[in-house]
Amino acid sequence: MGLLTKKDQALILDPLADNNPITIQVLGICSALAITAELKASIVMGISVLFVLGVGNVVISLIRNIIPSKIRIIVQLVVVATLVIIVDQVLKAFAYELSKTLAVFVGLIITNCIIMGRFEAFALGNGPWKSFLDGIGNSLGYAVILIIVGFFRELLGSGTLLGFQVLGDPVAKTGLYALGYENNGFMVLSPMALIVVGIIIWVQRSRNKDLIED
Amino acid sequence: MGMKQSLHNLKEKYKGKKMAPAFNAFHTFLYTPNETTHSGSHVRAADDLKRTMNTVIMALVPVLLFGIFNAGYQHFHAIAEAQGTAQAFSWDLFLTWDNFWTGAIKVLPLLIVSYGVGLGVEFLFAVIKGHEVEEGYLVTGMLVPLIVPIDIPLWMLAVAVVFGVVIGKEVFGGTGMNILNPALTIRAFLFFAYPTWMTGDKVWVHGAVERAGTPDAISGETVLGYLAQNKDVGSIYSWMDYFIGNIPGSVGETSAMLILLGGLFLIFSKIGSWRIMLSGVLGTIAMGLIFNGVVDAGWITESSKFYGLMSFSWWQHLLVGGIAFGIVYMATDPVTAAQTNKGKWIYGFLIGFISIMIRVFNPAFPEGVFLAILLMNVFAPTIDHYVVQGNVKKRMKRLKNIAKAPEKKEVNVETV
Repeated sequence: MGLLTKKDQALILDPLADNNPITIQVLGICSALAITAELKASIVMGISVLFVLGVGNVVISLIRNIIPSKIRIIVQLVVVATLVIIVDQVLKAFAYELSKTLAVFVGLIITNCIIMGRFEAFALGNGPWKSFLDGIGNSLGYAVILIIVGFFRELLGSGTLLGFQVLGDPVAKTGLYALGYENNGFMVLSPMALIVVGIIIWVQRSRNKDLIED
Repeated sequence: MGMKQSLHNLKEKYKGKKMAPAFNAFHTFLYTPNETTHSGSHVRAADDLKRTMNTVIMALVPVLLFGIFNAGYQHFHAIAEAQGTAQAFSWDLFLTWDNFWTGAIKVLPLLIVSYGVGLGVEFLFAVIKGHEVEEGYLVTGMLVPLIVPIDIPLWMLAVAVVFGVVIGKEVFGGTGMNILNPALTIRAFLFFAYPTWMTGDKVWVHGAVERAGTPDAISGETVLGYLAQNKDVGSIYSWMDYFIGNIPGSVGETSAMLILLGGLFLIFSKIGSWRIMLSGVLGTIAMGLIFNGVVDAGWITESSKFYGLMSFSWWQHLLVGGIAFGIVYMATDPVTAAQTNKGKWIYGFLIGFISIMIRVFNPAFPEGVFLAILLMNVFAPTIDHYVVQGNVKKRMKRLKNIAKAPEKKEVNVETV
């Protein structure tokens, strides 16, 4: 990574592990619970947030010196809303089925705490390049957790991955289903997403004791 | 060298090592150790956690035995019914070796899986954490086979037990720290994960699932199932059947008679709280009376989908389904129930009240007892908090009154 200095690398890599927005800062839980029943939806959601946060951070950072601090939240909202509408329209145009699955949660990216959090905490005080890296890093950290949760929920809940029946056909009873295996209906329900996120947090903190708060 | 001595030697040998808790647990489970305490003052009594747990298990043994007989009886009875040769219930037909063996080969594997997997997880966590093995699973392991349908696949039970013990108990810090009753967590997991094996008119009688769709098909519908479909259940069963328990249902939940005996045993051995049991019964009756009153007042018609369950008489609600089992063995779990005496009344009452409400109103949950108890488990600390706060307020008020009237010399301070 000749392009990036050590500090820049940290901006991208930290949120992936020890400063993860979902498991450490516990932000953006709402969408992590709602749309992770399928791996595909998780990936698309991750990419959408990557776009919104990456571009949004740069925009906010560019205009950070001309935003009056009293109305900065409204300005931030306008920026996020614009980007979210772009994402929503693109999804509707090119992936209509998927946009129906994600439904209101694309619109709700606006309220995703990670985005406003990064605008407030980082983009308002740093240059565009750093803000861009920070946005990419945090949204990747978000996407990683979404993809892990989505992977387990789709695999155990529906027996598929990205729509492919990797465990066999539950109706024709092939593969694992021939042995009496059945899909776990609980995995498809949102409470199980919370428990899966909880298990990820548990594993992460028992590997790195520094993360445990009292 | 006896077993006791060799366990003691093993314990000494592994002292301070990772496996120490495992040997320690076996030793104290089977015997009273010879070691004496070395410092401080101690209460020397036999009723430690293991004895408490064993008392509950003793109260459960009759229920388990009945469940085994009933599993066999229901199986043969349903077959006879399908062939048109069914006879009325009699103890001669019920207490037969055929019934016992048929039931035992279905129920004992459930028991073995429940204990094997559950204690395995407990030992694993004890070794990882370096703690002593906790006894909490002894009762849970006995309860689990009693609250599941007879034909549940064993691997599902194993998965659910791992989930229930790890997520329901160990993540909170083990026995005594759990918010939710682990046995009910296991049932809730099974219910939501594998609903086709936990609900419907097939799963409650052994053999009904595999015979479904064949000429030998048999029915496994429960009383509540019939009622939910507005069928006349009085022509099939009498209240005596509910009381004795020769009806389809989860393995151990059917016999109100033996559960009543177990409940009395728990009350007289002072292990289970009579306040929770009594208020649970009162809550059930209250809700049952409300529904009966609605029917009597003519507010709903016979075509209503709630008519069957709402017109079911209030006292019979106590005899069918899992309400009796839930109130006696689940609601009284000392860890997850309310701790204050007043709190126990509220806690128990709401369990009975909400159970019947879910039972009647939610067709997706023909038996809502486990949901009601889990819900109240969550609220138990809140109830306790307000009871304690109320007590504090009352005492503060009394203190104020005393301060206002200094001329009165003697004050009787009651303990509340």
